[in-house]
Amino acid sequence: MAKRIHERAIWLILALFVLLLILPLVLARFYVYLLALILVTGLLTTSLNMVLGYGGIYQFHHAVFYGVGAYGAAIMIAKLGYSPWLGFIVGPLLAALLSLVMGAICIRLSKLYFGMLQISLGSLVWAVVYRWYTFTGGDDGIHGVSLPALIATPKGSYYFTLLITSACLFVMYLIVKSPFGSTLQGIRDNPVRSEAVGVNVKLQQLVALVIAGFFAGVAGALFVVVDNSAFPDMLFWTLSLEILIMCLLGGWFTFLGPMLGAAILVALRTFASTFTEYWTMIQGIILMLVIIFLPEGVLGYLHAKIRQLEGAILPGDK
Amino acid sequence: MVDILFSICPPSVLCQILVGLSRTTILFIVTSGLSLILGVLRIPNVAHGSLYMIGAFMAFSVSKLFGGGATGFWMALLIAPLGVAILSLIIERGIFSHLYEREHLMLLLLTFSFALLFGDLVKMIWGGEYRTVAMPEAFKGPIPLKNFPIPIYNMFLLIIGPLVAIGLWFLTNKTKIGKISRAAAVDREMVGAVGVNVSWVFAFVFVIGCFLAGLGGALIAPIVNVTLGMDHTLIMEAFLIVIMGGLGNVWGALTGALIFGLTQSLGILVWPQFGIVFPYVAVVIVLLFRPTGLLKSTW
Repeated sequence: MAKRIHERAIWLILALFVLLLILPLVLARFYVYLLALILVTGLLTTSLNMVLGYGGIYQFHHAVFYGVGAYGAAIMIAKLGYSPWLGFIVGPLLAALLSLVMGAICIRLSKLYFGMLQISLGSLVWAVVYRWYTFTGGDDGIHGVSLPALIATPKGSYYFTLLITSACLFVMYLIVKSPFGSTLQGIRDNPVRSEAVGVNVKLQQLVALVIAGFFAGVAGALFVVVDNSAFPDMLFWTLSLEILIMCLLGGWFTFLGPMLGAAILVALRTFASTFTEYWTMIQGIILMLVIIFLPEGVLGYLHAKIRQLEGAILPGDK
Repeated sequence: MVDILFSICPPSVLCQILVGLSRTTILFIVTSGLSLILGVLRIPNVAHGSLYMIGAFMAFSVSKLFGGGATGFWMALLIAPLGVAILSLIIERGIFSHLYEREHLMLLLLTFSFALLFGDLVKMIWGGEYRTVAMPEAFKGPIPLKNFPIPIYNMFLLIIGPLVAIGLWFLTNKTKIGKISRAAAVDREMVGAVGVNVSWVFAFVFVIGCFLAGLGGALIAPIVNVTLGMDHTLIMEAFLIVIMGGLGNVWGALTGALIFGLTQSLGILVWPQFGIVFPYVAVVIVLLFRPTGLLKSTW
């Protein structure tokens, strides 16, 4: 029965991918930009879910790696004058390195205290980036990053983003389905038992954190491609919480849930902003409703509903 | 006697320290409320910063209502925190009290949703411009001591701070409700088992905590620009202080606020560009050596 949902899901995803390929040819420039932004945010949110949903680690300040990836790429290109392609590699690597350092420092603590130390370290990084005017542009950020002609246009940057995002999602999916992924989930559900079976819990979690940090860095570099800029708000704690909300909204026990959450929230924000300046309030209300009524998130809720329906129609499979 | 003090450290450093300490007072008042709520209700109240901001804006409105000046100021100090307390009672009874069994992450996100809500509510009611609250004439200007140009208002804050600390200590250690709250922080089930209505204890603690947030906002209103965004900067600092001091420990909040305020003031003196980084470094250092915070936490 689960296989049936699975097979249907693959067709759905393929259809969606084809749709994403065709859309830029018919949509206005702004919507192409929006779609690209959704892809970037979705990648970021999925990277968070790697450690949050699948690992059970309270990564409260994930946005730091996003920001570092973006700034890494932007600084390499704009301030140091290196080739953009090199910048795109350095950004995520820098994020992964930071993730390794921060992870190594915080990993000896459990759950909540991990989160707290992580927030502190993340805030420290934010404060340094915010004040280091000469190197990072401080409050203004870095703008007008020049890109290769192929990906500088809205359509070009969109397809590049689509390509990279799909590749990354695919890799992350493989990781989640691999023995490593299963062990990680085992650690999430029962760390003591995992340790008893011989799993090096801390090492596994550290590797997961580095992976998550890396992909968040990729998302950051992609943002530079889409928006030609990097700014300190990308490292601010409010973004980290927003990513958490997206994970939750979409369903943090599923793989594509976070992506859906990101899509919903980014789209809502763009459209709501045209009607009212009080988007933050609407966001707050949505979050409240989700927490109270849909703790499994949208995708989780749909999953449960589908399972219910299948159970009713096909009793023999039980 | 003052001259002896001056020979030990120059007036400017001393001034900077004292000003830093008075800012610390506000941080302490707000953070102690946060710590109380965290310790007893186990809720990381991200909306705390928003309530602080509402306190400041309410102080503005009340002060304007009473025509500014001394009456306006004192009435604001009285009414604004009460207003915030009433607001917090409404959201606690209305929403929070039904969701206490949820995971901490959910509760954190729920308070975050309120923070988002309040942020825009303030924008709706008061608009986006800077507001200022008038100070009473008696508090304006520096104290009349040569070489010692500390604003009188900051000295006022330095007096209020310990008063609040003593008041809190009295509340939590000498009153019955205070002792019950402390017990509920450690073992809420047992407290319920001996016949206490834990739900109302929670409401009480939540309201007191939010009252303190509003008080902090009302106190800082005369010396800063009351503006949107106050909530964001404050809540980050408040959480770091609570984490540094020990979850749920009010004295930890005091210690943390002291360290935070002092490192910030001295940091600005020593390296102006990166002054604000110093407190963050301090927090990281503390957490590396004592991950549960400096003082004992109630978790």
